[in-house]
Amino acid sequence: MKLSEVKGILEARVFVGEDKLDMEVHTAFGADLMSDVMAFAKAGSLLLTGLTNSQVVKTAASRNIAAIILVRGKEPSTEAIDMAKELQIPILATQYILFETAGILYSKGIVGCLKKVDSDFYK
Amino acid sequence: MNESENTIHTCQLEVEGGNFNAAGTVATRIKSILKELKMPDDIVRRSAICCYEAEINIVSYAKKGIINLTVWPEKVLIEVDDEGQGIPDIKQAMQQGYSTANQLIREMGFGAGMGLYNITSYSDEFAISSEVDKGTFLKITINKH
Amino acid sequence: MKLRDIKEILNADVIVGEDKLDIEVKTAFGADLMSDVLAFAKAGSMLLTGLTNTQVVRIANVLDIAAIILVRGKKPPPETVSLAKDLHIPILTTKFILFETAGRLYAKGIVGCIEKVESGSERI
Repeated sequence: MKLSEVKGILEARVFVGEDKLDMEVHTAFGADLMSDVMAFAKAGSLLLTGLTNSQVVKTAASRNIAAIILVRGKEPSTEAIDMAKELQIPILATQYILFETAGILYSKGIVGCLKKVDSDFYK
Repeated sequence: MNESENTIHTCQLEVEGGNFNAAGTVATRIKSILKELKMPDDIVRRSAICCYEAEINIVSYAKKGIINLTVWPEKVLIEVDDEGQGIPDIKQAMQQGYSTANQLIREMGFGAGMGLYNITSYSDEFAISSEVDKGTFLKITINKH
Repeated sequence: MKLRDIKEILNADVIVGEDKLDIEVKTAFGADLMSDVLAFAKAGSMLLTGLTNTQVVRIANVLDIAAIILVRGKKPPPETVSLAKDLHIPILTTKFILFETAGRLYAKGIVGCIEKVESGSERI
């Protein structure tokens, strides 16, 4: 699916990356805990999150996230926008809550960047 | 009319700074008090949300705090008075997404800069004053809608 | 849908609330930010989260959340389990990540406890 379709489905506003909407995305990861994003999010995935600070952009960059989708009507901080422009990571924002965002994308064929985490991971 | 004459409940509850395990117990207590007083669900919910956020702020940034609850038939007043580090720039602290929380607070799921913002959006009247190295005072009013 | 069905769909383990699997649930909210849970989660919903501390249970109690579903293979620490038992709040754990958990539940008819949050508007 193209990022432009994701934008359409989620009725999202593009804050950064208007020129990158032709990129293809197939997978997603949703979390507000940056340590979990670091641990589990995979390169090329969408990151669905309610965090709006520049830390999200840094984390996304280090995991080679394709695009950040802010959920729950959140808007990125100016620092996050500046950093996303610099690091060339698209930021889209949707009013849908994370559950709805995930549900809708899943029903259109986007899958998790991984399915399960084994509990042994945390030991 | 003297407002204090019509109060149906008042109480004072203490919050211990730094004790994340106990955070939320005052909000839980206030919720059950308001439920026992048969206050409307909407007031109960909004009071509990505001109190919870205030409590988390005390636990995160203060040595201790006092929460005073005053209840009228159609109104709740929550006054929060803490002895703590205070807020140097209130306008900045009120902004959605602004936070000075450390990593511990963030990993607990707080410190995303939504606390005071939540209080303002769920209360009907909100006042805040603060003095650096002394503490912060919040006055939160929740009316029946 | 019954909590028992949720358990099946998510291949979940029941940590607390084996006696409550017959409760009916229709809505869910997913977040790891407690302020967002406080702001938006609604009574009777399931809370999907990767947070495992006691705050999750206290907030669920304050908001009358029907059940807590811990995602990403997280396991609750003993103090969280004991508080959930005291407050009679079911805790289920699933290995699915939050995105997959939400996707699978949505496909079976569970919806968000709210659909959208208006940006920057009054949210009551």
